Amino acid sequence: MTGHKTTFFKIALISVAMFGFGYLLVPLYDVFCEITGLNGKTGQIDATQATAVYQPDLTRTITVQFIANHNAAMPWEFAPAVNRLQVHPGKLYTTHYIAQNQTGNDMTAQAVPSVAPTAASRYFDKTECFCFSQQHLKAGARKQMPLQFVIDPKIPDRIQTVTLAYSLFDVTQPAN
Amino acid sequence: MSTATADHHGPARGLMRWVTTTNHKDIGSLYLLFALIMFLIGGAMAMVIRAELFQPGLQLVDPQFFNSMTTVHALLMIFGAVMPAFTGLANWLIPMQIGAPDMALPRLNNFSFWLLPFAFTMLLSTFFMNGGGPASGWTLYPPLSLQMDAGFPFMIFAIHLAGISSIMGSINVIVTILNMRAPGMTLMKMPLFVWTWLITAYLLIATMPVLAGAVTMLLTDKFAGTSFFSAAGGGDPVMYQHIFWFFGHPEVYILILPAFGIVSAILPTFARKPLFGYSSMVYATASIAFLSFIVWAHHMFTVGMPVVGELFFMYATMMIAVPTGVKVFNWISTMWRGSMTFETPMLFAVGFIIMFTIGGFSGLMLSIAPADFQYHDTYFVVAHFHYVLVTGAIYSIMAAVYYWLPKWTGHMYDERLGKLHFWISTISVNVLFFPQHFLGLAGMPRRIPDYSVQFADWNMISSLGGFVFGLSQLMFVWIIFKAIRGGRKATDQVWEGAQGLEWTLSSPPPYHSFNQPPTVR
Repeated sequence: MTGHKTTFFKIALISVAMFGFGYLLVPLYDVFCEITGLNGKTGQIDATQATAVYQPDLTRTITVQFIANHNAAMPWEFAPAVNRLQVHPGKLYTTHYIAQNQTGNDMTAQAVPSVAPTAASRYFDKTECFCFSQQHLKAGARKQMPLQFVIDPKIPDRIQTVTLAYSLFDVTQPAN
Repeated sequence: MSTATADHHGPARGLMRWVTTTNHKDIGSLYLLFALIMFLIGGAMAMVIRAELFQPGLQLVDPQFFNSMTTVHALLMIFGAVMPAFTGLANWLIPMQIGAPDMALPRLNNFSFWLLPFAFTMLLSTFFMNGGGPASGWTLYPPLSLQMDAGFPFMIFAIHLAGISSIMGSINVIVTILNMRAPGMTLMKMPLFVWTWLITAYLLIATMPVLAGAVTMLLTDKFAGTSFFSAAGGGDPVMYQHIFWFFGHPEVYILILPAFGIVSAILPTFARKPLFGYSSMVYATASIAFLSFIVWAHHMFTVGMPVVGELFFMYATMMIAVPTGVKVFNWISTMWRGSMTFETPMLFAVGFIIMFTIGGFSGLMLSIAPADFQYHDTYFVVAHFHYVLVTGAIYSIMAAVYYWLPKWTGHMYDERLGKLHFWISTISVNVLFFPQHFLGLAGMPRRIPDYSVQFADWNMISSLGGFVFGLSQLMFVWIIFKAIRGGRKATDQVWEGAQGLEWTLSSPPPYHSFNQPPTVR
């Protein structure tokens, strides 16, 4: 009987460990995506650091397209100020998105970025972005939301267009 | 605990016998009966699906209900029918095949069975709640699955209970096999059904907890404000697919490995030759189990993986065809130049080999990443997994029931009806699922209640096959019922060519299988 008990606990331990492993997959995938730049996760660096590290490459021009998406339940107006910019790698650029809360309630939103093609995402560094934090807008208010970025000059030559898309989600806490 | 093995006693009387039983045969019968009931309820749902798809347009049910039919049909058939049926067979056969008196942990055995009726009552009760049953497909992808109304937590807890049940069942199987084999029965002398179940049990304890984790994350996303899968909170819905299929792909082998064991037991009996390549069968099973852990993303080729990822999962998936091919060739070699007879179990086993291989081939087609972009989420996928699950897993279970039913009941079943059941089922199941390959290649998406008119003809043919297949399973119920009530007495060996310890016991076997360990040659 003790033999059964030992075997039982050994095997039960495997199941418990695997339950934990299921949860461990979540950070593991994040680390994996960060290393490989998969899933459109962009880099983030400091503005002063960016100008210090990168040498602007004026011989190359890359088109950056800006896209705004709404999550289905998001009633705000949300659009980029310009649809595209011609940029040189290594140089710092600033643009902005415009958001307007058209409802009668104060709301909070979170923008989630994504870069296509995925191969470009690890070279796309933001120094300032409205997506770094949640954005609050009072009822009817309108806001320019800034975005500052630099493209790493090491970006592969075959990439000539980079598309930056934001999806805007409603994260307003329901009043209890 | 240990007293049960020593004294001789029969089963208790009355209904409480079944509630309190710790006997492996009683629990095996309960599992099999439960699986049969779930098979019939899940089958009735399939009939609703095929009736709605009989013609284009919305005829019988509204789309939401249709979607919950496809979802719950899958959940019932996978977790309620095939898995409990295999566990039932394991309960009945493993102690008899390794020369043990009972399972190692009889009370745990009772508990793991009795969780199931509660789990599935809870799942089915969601149909009577606000918003109806789950309608997101059995994979429960968020954010769609999170839109389910009042029934959501009931569905999640039903999956938890069913998962706990199969984990405990598997632990029991492993402890029994590792600790209770008769003296002389080394691992490499075990019947293949025992081997395949041992490996299946390891797959279950490794993957069911991951599913439990995934659905728990869904639960906390909905009710506790976490955002594992919500992009707004920094999560990612694709993450769910990775976690789910990390469970989901080993799961499909959980549903087929015991079937390999069953077929490997039946073929030698009716070919009157020993199994060809026993040890390669064991190694092939183990390799399939190992590979099943590194191929999950072939279910999600279209989520936007990098090319390297697509290629890795494509090649790894194709590699599974190698050990599976070894098995199929071994089975064919076992039959080669044997003196074969075709009693019902043999018919189902041979049918299994042919039709499972068809499903295997369409699986190979799906494994080709660039081609999968066309096949993904079409009826081609539906045809593929029904060939491997209906004419694969379910056929093997039917073969097993016909093969061991005389041993269990002491009566021969009606051979004429059994053969009739096989032929009607086999013809109708092919009329049912083969046209779905054509529908899928032509672009008909799965999980839709209505379709464009060019798909009308094959859908009607498929539905007709479905109705015949569904009704012919009532024959199966009748044949089993008849054999339990009476019939020609079965001998101890039952089949002329049957080999193995279970055939040395009387038919029906004593309440406690082996009180004295048998000698193993």
